[in-house]
Amino acid sequence: MAEVDQQLIADLEKKANHFRKVMVKMMAKAGSGHLGPALSSADLMTALFFHILRIDPRKPDDPRRDRFILSAGHKCGILYVCLAEKGYFSQEWLDSFLEYDKTLGGHPDMRKIPGVEASTGSLGHGLSIGVGMALAGKYDRLEYRVFVLLGDGELNEGSNWEAAMSAYHYKLDNLIAIVDRNRFQVDGPTEEIMTLDPIADKWRGFGWETAEIDGHNMAEIVKTLSNVPITAGKPTAVVAHTTKGKGVSFMENQVSWHYRAPTPEEAAKALEELEARERKEGR
Amino acid sequence: MGARATGDFSKNILDVRIDLSKKGDPRKSFDQAMGELVKRDPRVFLLTADMGTVVPTFRRDHKDRVLNFGIAEQNMIGAAAGLALCGKIPFVTTMACFISMRACEQVRTDVAYPCLNVKFFGFGCGVTYGNLASTHHATEDIGIMRSIPHMTVVCPAGPVETYKAVLAAAEYPGPVFIRAGRGDESVIYDSDYPFQIGKAIALRDGKDVAVFAIGITVSRALAAAEELEKEGIRCRVVNMHTLKPLDRKMVIAAATGVKGVITVEDHNIYGGLGSAVAEVLAEEKLGPLKRIGIPDLFCTIGTPDQILEKHQVSVAEIKRAARRFCKGLERRKTEKSSPVKGKGKKGRS
Repeated sequence: MAEVDQQLIADLEKKANHFRKVMVKMMAKAGSGHLGPALSSADLMTALFFHILRIDPRKPDDPRRDRFILSAGHKCGILYVCLAEKGYFSQEWLDSFLEYDKTLGGHPDMRKIPGVEASTGSLGHGLSIGVGMALAGKYDRLEYRVFVLLGDGELNEGSNWEAAMSAYHYKLDNLIAIVDRNRFQVDGPTEEIMTLDPIADKWRGFGWETAEIDGHNMAEIVKTLSNVPITAGKPTAVVAHTTKGKGVSFMENQVSWHYRAPTPEEAAKALEELEARERKEGR
Repeated sequence: MGARATGDFSKNILDVRIDLSKKGDPRKSFDQAMGELVKRDPRVFLLTADMGTVVPTFRRDHKDRVLNFGIAEQNMIGAAAGLALCGKIPFVTTMACFISMRACEQVRTDVAYPCLNVKFFGFGCGVTYGNLASTHHATEDIGIMRSIPHMTVVCPAGPVETYKAVLAAAEYPGPVFIRAGRGDESVIYDSDYPFQIGKAIALRDGKDVAVFAIGITVSRALAAAEELEKEGIRCRVVNMHTLKPLDRKMVIAAATGVKGVITVEDHNIYGGLGSAVAEVLAEEKLGPLKRIGIPDLFCTIGTPDQILEKHQVSVAEIKRAARRFCKGLERRKTEKSSPVKGKGKKGRS
């Protein structure tokens, strides 16, 4: 495995930190949103949209494009920020997040939002849609890959495991599931609500190749996602260990931040922390 | 093809020979229609959840176009959405109860919400899986599917119409749910005729009573009309094969000028054909209406005929209801009393 470009990693880290700031402002303004889960997947999403995915906002219907499905649709804050930065739509749209009759809702609608490949929000649906897209790619002999980002709590839904079974059966090595393993769901720590560990073993049991990574280590994310599939003929599951609310000290590992917007004071404090981190990284 | 329903009902009658004696299996029609479709369009795929046995010919001849997902309907329908998003036209088939209930949310959210080009062929509708009991009956599917935006709901009458409905669904944009039976059903149509989704078919004219039916109840409505004719009661019979979008014009044309309207269906009395027709009649100040269908309960086991008979989804009940409409009006005129209530026996002539 080739060593990753240090400049690239630094750029992506800077971008991810900037996106966290944008999300804090966006959700403070909206007065609502799933901030904690969006923060935990910010590094993964930044790597995907700004290095891994072969997508071009000027050719959103290119049949050869990679597909990305945010199965955990409530993490849409980070998706919207990435899509706006990519140029799928204007940055101004972010100002009307969750507003009446506007475009960016609390779960993404593919018919309204350019760049969104599937309407998600009800958990346990994205991987099956990804299976269908991957099957179509195989039939059409197109080289595209299908990346599906799943929440860990989402894996409680049995439909994921139906999808996992079929992806192995149909040898869908063009399908990559990424699990944002932040260890929290609405009611508390995942292991208290419904035991998920050992997660990677579960995927292996269904025949998938797996990798376990630090979901906040940009070099590791880039390295792993640049080398998929791990094994030809098999789907890949990447379990990314993350921290819910990552980047803002008082939000980290606090289940209350699963669905909550910062007050103006909290937002100011969060932005201060993120800016300090930016200065540190910039040096 | 496809002249719109006109106010003068008699002008809507379809010129087709009707034969209730010939039988056929609508699942076989689906198998044949799929064979035809795949030749016409390389985007067509057949998806099933361990129910490929209903399409033996297609499975043999077009193996590469069949995707079996095992007993996992939710994943199958999610994957159908993914295939449709990549330009394919998936035809999803399993029992009607599993499409409409087991994977209801995938139908609604993955397929209907983004209005994807996925077609559903749900067989074994109503109580056609008779003695396999309520787990395998589908007597709520119309109500469920009809309340999902973007969804088109078709319940063809007999194997000939099933074949036509499958071909029509392929041409019809967006999601379509075809509700079909299983086993021997009256072929009904004995000569070729035009079929169009959304356009009901007037099969018979009569000035006294209008009877709306779907699927396997169409042959019962026709048989009842035939027998009632001998008693001097003349019935209009309409095959309301498309439950959504409902052919309002046909409902209005048929229900205008008659003494009463009857709906007949192998579905829960809530949410199905009777409800759909009632909505139009109420809005148009037409009626009165008698709904014949499965009462709000889980059915017993038996042959489909036995079960339907038990719940009076039968020729006899259609006749009773028609007689009551005709008699009730006469009595009101002569005795100034309320229409006859209670058991049909009392009013039998």
